[in-house]
Amino acid sequence: MLLAKIVGTVVATRKDPRLVSSKLLVVRPTDPRGKAEGNYLVAVDTVDAGVGETVLVVSGSSARMASGLKDCPVDAAIIGIIDTVDVSD
Amino acid sequence: MQIARVIGDVVATRKDENLVGLKLLIVQPLTPDRQPAGRPLVAVDAVGAGVGEHVFFVRGKEASFPFYPAAEPPVDAGIVGIIDHWDLG
Repeated sequence: MLLAKIVGTVVATRKDPRLVSSKLLVVRPTDPRGKAEGNYLVAVDTVDAGVGETVLVVSGSSARMASGLKDCPVDAAIIGIIDTVDVSD
Repeated sequence: MQIARVIGDVVATRKDENLVGLKLLIVQPLTPDRQPAGRPLVAVDAVGAGVGEHVFFVRGKEASFPFYPAAEPPVDAGIVGIIDHWDLG
């Protein structure tokens, strides 16, 4: 899973029927210390996250195992809101 | 699977219900000569690993298999072994 910061929202009227009522957010992956890195992603929110929060993003086929996403055409889902990150390195 | 070192942990109170009770750790993938290889990521712990230990982890949906059938957590990386030592011939 990746740590990421939510940087925006996406609105799409015309989309796959299984995505209707999904909340789509733009996230930017971060390193454990919060520094942004890598490409932006569109992820489906399953935990009521909001812009500015640091979240846990699951990618690939595992994203379909998130709550409410069974058989949905998604490859990135927000599955947690991060409270703290401890790095001892 | 990949060799990695556990370098930290993550706390998330609000998360997918199938993640409740699971330990989320930050792992830094390593080359066999113990140099960092790529970006750190968040992996779910299936073996009781801790910060500072060398482990191997699996990527993809297979990361959720250790928790079947009790739960099907939406995870894409999971620690499945703690390494005692490794040798290169």
